[in-house]
Amino acid sequence: MKETITGAEALMRSLENEGVDVMFGYPGGAIMPTFDALYDHSKTLNHILVRHEQAAAHAAQGYARVSGKVGVCLVTSGPGVTNTITGIADAMMDSTPIVVIAGQVGASFLGSDAFQEVDLVGVTQPISKWAYQIRRPEDVAWAVSRAFYIARSGRPGPVVLDFAKNAQVGMVEYEPQHIDFIRGYVPEPDIDPVAISEAAAMINAAKRPLVLVGQGVELGNAQDEMREFLETADMPAGCTLLGLSALPSEHLLNVGMLGMHGSLASNVKTQECDLLIAVGMRFDDRITGKLATYATQAKKIHFDIDPSEINKNVKVDLAVLGDCKQTLAQVNKLLKKNSHTEWIESFKPYFEKERTVVIEKEIHPTEGPIKMGEVVNVVTQQTGNKAIMVTDVGQNQMMAARYFKFTQCRSVVTSGGMGTMGFGTPAGIGAAFGAPDRDVCVFLGDGGLQMTIQELGTIMENQVPVKLILLNNNYLGNVRQWQAMFFNRRYSFTPMTNPDFMKIAEAYRIPCQTVIDRKDLAAAVRTMMDTKGPYLLQVAVEEEGNVLPMCAPGHDVDDMMLEFK
Amino acid sequence: MEQESKTLYTILVFSENLAGLLNQITAVFTRRQVNIESLNVSASSIKGIHKYTITCYSDEETIDKITRQIEKKIDVLQANYYTDDEIFIQECGLFKISTPTMLNEKGISRQIRLHDANIVEVNPTYAIVTKTGLTEDIESLYAALQEFKCVLQYVRSGRIAITKSRREHISDYINEREEKHRQLTMEN
Ligand SMILES: Cc1ncc(C[n+]2csc(CCOP(=O)(O)OP(=O)(O)O)c2C)c(N)n1
Ligand SMILES: [Mg+2]
Repeated sequence: MKETITGAEALMRSLENEGVDVMFGYPGGAIMPTFDALYDHSKTLNHILVRHEQAAAHAAQGYARVSGKVGVCLVTSGPGVTNTITGIADAMMDSTPIVVIAGQVGASFLGSDAFQEVDLVGVTQPISKWAYQIRRPEDVAWAVSRAFYIARSGRPGPVVLDFAKNAQVGMVEYEPQHIDFIRGYVPEPDIDPVAISEAAAMINAAKRPLVLVGQGVELGNAQDEMREFLETADMPAGCTLLGLSALPSEHLLNVGMLGMHGSLASNVKTQECDLLIAVGMRFDDRITGKLATYATQAKKIHFDIDPSEINKNVKVDLAVLGDCKQTLAQVNKLLKKNSHTEWIESFKPYFEKERTVVIEKEIHPTEGPIKMGEVVNVVTQQTGNKAIMVTDVGQNQMMAARYFKFTQCRSVVTSGGMGTMGFGTPAGIGAAFGAPDRDVCVFLGDGGLQMTIQELGTIMENQVPVKLILLNNNYLGNVRQWQAMFFNRRYSFTPMTNPDFMKIAEAYRIPCQTVIDRKDLAAAVRTMMDTKGPYLLQVAVEEEGNVLPMCAPGHDVDDMMLEFK
Repeated sequence: MEQESKTLYTILVFSENLAGLLNQITAVFTRRQVNIESLNVSASSIKGIHKYTITCYSDEETIDKITRQIEKKIDVLQANYYTDDEIFIQECGLFKISTPTMLNEKGISRQIRLHDANIVEVNPTYAIVTKTGLTEDIESLYAALQEFKCVLQYVRSGRIAITKSRREHISDYINEREEKHRQLTMEN
């Protein structure tokens, strides 16, 4: 016999069914019956109480990124869930699987402007993969199973469940559901064997191939296939911001990050290659620079799981649709063992130039204030390049992306498409729950830390072992850099008077330290890494440092500024 | 006008009958700053499946992107775009005209006959005329009737369309998907 239970209890069982073990949330009126049911499930469903719902969404994102599982948030209606909107949009942009479950007024009140009613489905439809209102307890098991299937399958993304109060308290004969098919939804397009053989032929014939590695490689768990692909055909590869850990940083064919603050070599060579092979990336404008001149000399192949990405920004000669774990494996079988020594050698002068003009000064300066790059360099070295890098947004993010090194997959947690300040701290919390055995290093700016600084409370309460590295320049640095470069140094509202961050950390009983002198940096990082549990390391960095090189917006991708005075 | 360099496309969309889909579909046009010229939503020949007929002026590149972004929505089964030579098209115009004027002006009923329109209702106050055809045909009748200042109300429907192709893409798609599902369930 089926058991008769409440919709809220059905939600708990459905979540357990999906293998959920952690969720991030915040209670309130319209979700109280569900929190009441949760009270009896807290052994299996570890609920982490955040201090603001935006953080619940970002924590779910951080959890999902590092674990490959679906992150879950549980919040109340109205302001509770509108606080998660930034995280939902962020997850949509960056293809991160999360399920946001929000309370909603009872079905009979819908549309009446009842207390804390918001048209959640209407609000979130444009920024989610799927949004659905559960109005009857009978629909809980179906909706939850469908939500998780949609969030995790194909190109992942956020799903929103708007859970009406009557459906939480109403009774239902519960029966677990397992949805793995939706008629109108093709998560992975069929692989076209003609495209596979054409791709192999084009790659075999290429003299100067360049591969662009995107997050799709990581999402598809195709790191091994990617390495074989690169090594067999002997092709250099650049990584997008979100794809940075899809290929080990020190791999001989890795030519660095692509795009605006990427490596000089990868951007210059984009304009010289004869075949550009994009895998699981979407040609964001931060990658391409001026579209009209982007790699016009090259033939282009685009491997992607999402047909709507093909020709969206960059017109390609061949699309290879499908899950790249499979498409790459199939192409690999047809690749000839090749060697492009001369072409690969031709990258070297650009590495060298960037190293002497930019990198050395950034990571091994001997005088003047501490630089962001050198802090990142010390942290990555002391963690043996094995840690998870989480970032906030701004110069701290770009410096972390440029100088942190990766040896393991799923090691990058950053807000790419949205560039959401305030992302770092909560995403770091989520990452710590998603990968409890790994070190989580969160790079933050003084601006971004203050956008979600209340999460120090969550860190304190749960003793979340995140290492927060505050790169304090007393500026909204990234914007200040643009003001310096493009607005005549008119620093309109970018200098900031900051609080004493040490006192704040102390108030939250989080061990902390400030470094001002270069000679103290390494030891301070050592102390941070050796401290069990959370830590806040503040480093006073150069106030007017700039992230270089830089391809200014709208410029040709190889037109990179190496110095700025 | 900007429309001159553009083509009138008809997008046919098939979706599950779920709330909120129309919103999602029209949002794709809004984001790409394309105006919808006409829109018709109705049941299709397949039970439980809705058919949308949407027309807009666009270029092929944009319409292709719009179509794929619509098809990406979870419960949209299929979306395809067509030019006028690939489909049979109909629209419908409804006219409410003053009966006294119609009786006084012989030209009115002549125009109705000339345009192959039908009078479907007459009472002492007004008559209802229907005209199916292409936009031009319906507008031509409207212009002709306007000459007599007899039109009390006029409305023209959105376009509905049926493809000329010998293959029924939507049925093929559903069959393919259902076959795939069968295979999936057998594997598990
Ligand atoms: C929520 C949000 N608001 C505004 C911005 C615009 N923005 C991008 S970077 C930046 C400055 C960040 O300053 P800080 O956190 O101190 O980092 P820094 O660049 O100094 O390392 C701003 C304001 C943003 N990306 N996100
Ligand atoms: Mg700053």
